[in-house]
Amino acid sequence: MASVRLASLTKTFGEVTAVDNIDLEIDDREFFVLLGPTGAGKTTTLRLIAGLEKPDQGEVYLGNVSVNDLSPALRDVAFVFQYYTLYPHYTVRQNLEFPLRSKLRRLSESEIDAKVSEVAGVLHINSLLGRETVNLSGGEMQRVAIGRAIVRTPKVFLMDEPLSNLDAKLREEMRTELARLHLDLGFTFFYVTHDQIEAMTMGDRIAVLNEGRILQIGTPDEIYNSPENVFVAKFVGSPTINLFEASIETSTLVVGKKTLVCTIPGTQRSSLEKYTKRELILAIRPEDIEVSKEKKEADSFKCTVYFTQSMGVEDILNLRINDLVLRALVPPKLLARVGDTVYASINMKRSHLFDSETNMRL
Amino acid sequence: MAEIALRNIVKRFGSLVAVNNLNLHIRDKEFVVLVGPSGCGKTTTLRCISGLETPDEGKILIDEEDVTNKRASQRDVAFVFQLYALYPHLTVYGNIAFPLMAQGLSKKRTRQEVDRAAQILRIKHILNKKPRELSGGDMQRVALGRAIVRRPKVFLLDEPIGTLDAKFREEMRTELKKLHVDIGATTVYVTHDQVEAMSMGDRVVIMNLGVLQQVGTPHEVYHKPKNLFVANFIGSPGMNFIRCKPSRGPGGKLALGLPVINTTIAIPDEIQRTIIDKKKEEKNLVLGVRPENVMFSRKKKSNHLETRVYVVATMGSYNITDVRLGDETIKVRTAPSILPEVGETVYISFDPKRISIFDEETGDSIV
Repeated sequence: MASVRLASLTKTFGEVTAVDNIDLEIDDREFFVLLGPTGAGKTTTLRLIAGLEKPDQGEVYLGNVSVNDLSPALRDVAFVFQYYTLYPHYTVRQNLEFPLRSKLRRLSESEIDAKVSEVAGVLHINSLLGRETVNLSGGEMQRVAIGRAIVRTPKVFLMDEPLSNLDAKLREEMRTELARLHLDLGFTFFYVTHDQIEAMTMGDRIAVLNEGRILQIGTPDEIYNSPENVFVAKFVGSPTINLFEASIETSTLVVGKKTLVCTIPGTQRSSLEKYTKRELILAIRPEDIEVSKEKKEADSFKCTVYFTQSMGVEDILNLRINDLVLRALVPPKLLARVGDTVYASINMKRSHLFDSETNMRL
Repeated sequence: MAEIALRNIVKRFGSLVAVNNLNLHIRDKEFVVLVGPSGCGKTTTLRCISGLETPDEGKILIDEEDVTNKRASQRDVAFVFQLYALYPHLTVYGNIAFPLMAQGLSKKRTRQEVDRAAQILRIKHILNKKPRELSGGDMQRVALGRAIVRRPKVFLLDEPIGTLDAKFREEMRTELKKLHVDIGATTVYVTHDQVEAMSMGDRVVIMNLGVLQQVGTPHEVYHKPKNLFVANFIGSPGMNFIRCKPSRGPGGKLALGLPVINTTIAIPDEIQRTIIDKKKEEKNLVLGVRPENVMFSRKKKSNHLETRVYVVATMGSYNITDVRLGDETIKVRTAPSILPEVGETVYISFDPKRISIFDEETGDSIV
């Protein structure tokens, strides 16, 4: 049974189509991530599921029930906003209790107490229960916001960029905690973000959204290793994938202004034959470019190190050859310095080819 | 030339000591990043360099000139704020030209300078637009342009890309770095994001609670952290820590006891010697090891510790597996093909050449 289903969902604001005919199915207990740049339509999609917006076309299904006409309160979804919206002069306990005190629930005091204790335990905020929320750190407030959503044991947990206001280090910690929380609670999570690291770390499946349209849905592995179009290839992966103009000539790939000639692996040659002479885009991830101080492969080419970024566990090299600029990930022991000459080769088996006009995978 | 020296800088806000006796020397043309969690004192330090704050104690020198009591406008530094503060009623051209017009530069020279900045920042096509028509990234470039035209001795940037989308931040980091390579002016950059600091800084200045923790190249602070804070703060994810206590084995060799799982692990001779030389045999220590230096096996091996898989994160070009060692969590970095199951029992060991040892009490690095 799909926990959430969006069918031909569309929402416009004046002339802007924020959500453009979206179809999505999220499985029960899945951690589903909607990933896209600011303005892509992610928050609008979330608000449509919650019932905070009404669609212009299409349906929202929760379970197998169409909820288009149900108010947010009756949809049994919990929403964690980017800005926690906690009640500032209530204690943490009071904030957590609040949803349980609604007349719709009719819980006894001892039931409420038990639920609050359980949730506080899961989120490690037991020691904060008596504190007013104005006196909490960002990370603590965010846990309370999540706690306030968890107490309701909703069908679906909607989260709108909940980590974006936290310091980078705390975001890292919270990512693991959220992933673990999801495993422990077993709720369906629908999580929205612009940060592809969050999507890759936590998602069971990711839908990449741009300009209101879904470009690809898949597991982190599928999205990363088999991007269906240039946008997805660029958006996921850090450092960003390298993109070059290319065309096929016999069994080679000519890259840039005839700057590079790469041999196409034997297994791919026949399927690529029909694209000869077409304008293509070659995509290769920085970790799939080999760099060494001497020429090792037949296909390796000489380039200059333009600048380096030392990340500790690895270095990012910005390499130049004529009109082409490449980013390569290399082990720190390579010790490449600005101005050095190095030899790079592209692992063609890990490369991707897209049609230059449609931006779609060949 | 633009060297900056901060000597014994103290800045208080009421009873809060925001910057606590900071000493720092920034070389000409260097790109230095002040990094640390919110509230560590990095922005206050930047504001003191700019003149927007005056320190309560200490001196600030730019090119050996004491500017501690000089007004911001007289210090030949350009400050780029986090929220760009563009003039909404002026075009992009007008915004960038403003500081030059204020200086009384001729229209012709102003035009030349603005065009140069616009060329470098690739914003020639938006010179006629107003800020409200621009994206966040473009606004930030205009803010940079307004700083570049002043040809200051020093650029000061206060978390200038914090409000941008993650992907765009990554692009801008590379652009800012390239900009520095091309323009070559002394730059001091503030961020809470250590990835940003590592990817951009010639040197990184790590602060916490107003106190300087360590200054060094990205390589130095990563591979030779001076204390627990730096070791955990730098790196994505940060260094793993396990409490340990030295103990003498049967052969008289020094080993490390790990109370969390009641086991002892062997350590290389040099590390044993260093612990003894520094008189730390009786102390409570902390074993530090980075995720990429934890060896991982699904089969039981000698000298390996038994752990259970807690959570697995797939990052594309690598995976991070969290394993439980008693009630501690250790993060392991592996190739993307390694995908253990949550709950699975796996075995880890640490690359002996790459472990760090810290004094638990002081937090300082021993090895």
